Amino acid sequence: MSNIGSYEEKYTSFHWKQAEDELQYGKNGMYNIGYYCSDYLCEKGFGNKQALIWEGFTGEVKNFTYDDLRIFSNTIAKFLQDNEVNVGDRVCLFMDKIPELYIGFIGILKMGGIAQPLFSAFGEEALFTRLDDAKTKVIITQKKHLGKVRRIKDKLPGLTKIIVVDADQSSLQTNEIHFWMEKTEQVDNFDIVKADPEMPSVLHYTSGTTGKPKGAQHVHASIIAQYITSKWVLDLRLDDVYWCTADPGWVTGTSYGIIGPWVCGVTQVILDAGFGTEKWYAFIQKNKVTMWYSAPTAIRMLMKEGLDVVKKYDLSSLRHLASVGEPLNAEAVIWSEKAFGRPFYDTYWQTETGAIVITNFPGLKIKPGSMGKPFPGITATVLNPKTFEPITTAGTVGLIALKPGWPSMMRAYWDNKETYDSKFKNGWYVCGDRSSIDDDGYFWFVGRDDDVINTAGHLVGPFEIESALIEHEAVAEAAAIGKPDPVNMEVVKAFIALKPGFEKNDDLELGIINFIRKRLSPLAMPQEVEFVPSLPKTRSGKIMRRLLRAQEWGEEIGDISTLEND
Amino acid sequence: MSEEVKKMIIDYVKKEYLEEDSAMEINEDTKLISSGIVDSFSMVSLKMFLEKKFSIKISDDKATPEAFDSANNIIHLLKEYTTI
Repeated sequence: MSNIGSYEEKYTSFHWKQAEDELQYGKNGMYNIGYYCSDYLCEKGFGNKQALIWEGFTGEVKNFTYDDLRIFSNTIAKFLQDNEVNVGDRVCLFMDKIPELYIGFIGILKMGGIAQPLFSAFGEEALFTRLDDAKTKVIITQKKHLGKVRRIKDKLPGLTKIIVVDADQSSLQTNEIHFWMEKTEQVDNFDIVKADPEMPSVLHYTSGTTGKPKGAQHVHASIIAQYITSKWVLDLRLDDVYWCTADPGWVTGTSYGIIGPWVCGVTQVILDAGFGTEKWYAFIQKNKVTMWYSAPTAIRMLMKEGLDVVKKYDLSSLRHLASVGEPLNAEAVIWSEKAFGRPFYDTYWQTETGAIVITNFPGLKIKPGSMGKPFPGITATVLNPKTFEPITTAGTVGLIALKPGWPSMMRAYWDNKETYDSKFKNGWYVCGDRSSIDDDGYFWFVGRDDDVINTAGHLVGPFEIESALIEHEAVAEAAAIGKPDPVNMEVVKAFIALKPGFEKNDDLELGIINFIRKRLSPLAMPQEVEFVPSLPKTRSGKIMRRLLRAQEWGEEIGDISTLEND
Repeated sequence: MSEEVKKMIIDYVKKEYLEEDSAMEINEDTKLISSGIVDSFSMVSLKMFLEKKFSIKISDDKATPEAFDSANNIIHLLKEYTTI
């Protein structure tokens, strides 16, 4: 029997207040996520239980109990306070998937800071854009990423301290301080900021079609939704060993890689190593993972290696699998049943929603390829793109939209009210994705409603790539689109017109590709460059990205009446 | 010849994937993908480099993280396509 029991019954009877009561949210005036992920569990008698089993790429293993989590997060919180970090200050976590990242996140929340996790593979331009926008006060990083921070710090006057978790003070410069989590004097008692449910907690950056990346700002009350969705969708139970493969630089890695599992009191395992099919299976076998939350790209990479390699490992501990980030194709669902004896359950949500909103549920029939149904407490529909009225005809494609008001919904885009307001139409929050709903109420994903590129489950903004491309000495103008890819769903393709004096060749193409990888991130790196004499533009000079995308996908080009005549 | 290619791969990895001031030593057995020096996305740029350098096309089913996980593994892969 799954935790949720009857979906239909829960969908008609559930109210978020039930989740609040179950979690005892607000007990003694306490609303802080940091408390509910550590001290709360210790008070409930789980202090000696394993909270985190971490394994590095060399095979090194570290274990942390819930009491360790409580004490180390206290220690980090106190260290931040001692370094003049105040309530509401933005503290960036820029690290690989090491214990300090996970425990540091809890520590920041405990002292009232706003945690701003950023993907450690970001290049300096991507890092600068996000730190500059958030006016980040402190960054916590590792020695290996310090070079990127140093190259931009002079352009960030608000960045007062750089905390390095694995360096000696003697190797550091002005305003850089070392902090060894496990060697610093431990803080057993810390006065956790009780917080207001609406107090900002986490700032996650996400990309749009135009403009700079936007910081989706969440609040402490988000834990209500993260708790109950972890329980009912991921089906987390106290005896689970849970593995979420997402990096906390992205929202899945915090909502379900930190908050969800820990508030549910489960043991979570982390592998800080690059992808490797046998490495992953061996990790599951070794740790007897019971619940596995991963991404379609990873599943398709496993599929490529076939079924024989699966048989080399004892994966019988797995009892529930789920997937997030991009639509899970029917073939992957069917393959996972053959490989692991159970399907991956597709879940749909986004940075802005903070928690799962449309999903497949344990115990509810899966229609392979479908996104599933709305979570109890969520009112979801598809809207007519012109009138923004709900579509009532089954099978008609429209814009996925949600009635505002669930606890984990973003409360703002950081310092960008105009864009935030533009996400709401006719009383609905519009997700930016298109789908249809069938006669049984299942949602079927169709695609994005804008030019944002979804590569391996991560959204990449074409504008940010194009802006970086034209900073290359050889590039006159550029356009970036997503092109179909069998593993990653989409990868970035760049169209480039060169400046006079430059000629296309292999070295230049590879140089441009690496230029973007280093400035932005590997995800934003074009996997193909097409050199063109010029780019199609409107009469007003705007690049017609839509035209390039339609050509690439073999779709109807549509209205080109505004195309500039060369 | 293999030794020269190994050196070329190691030099390229150092130049393109490590920080300028990195003190990390890389040899022919250093784990590249599983250590995170080259992530699975960046592996594409390493593959492109090899394809362009040797005028070959490495098929997707051969381009696995394991095949790119060290200079030695890459040499082994390249030998399927070229005489080095």
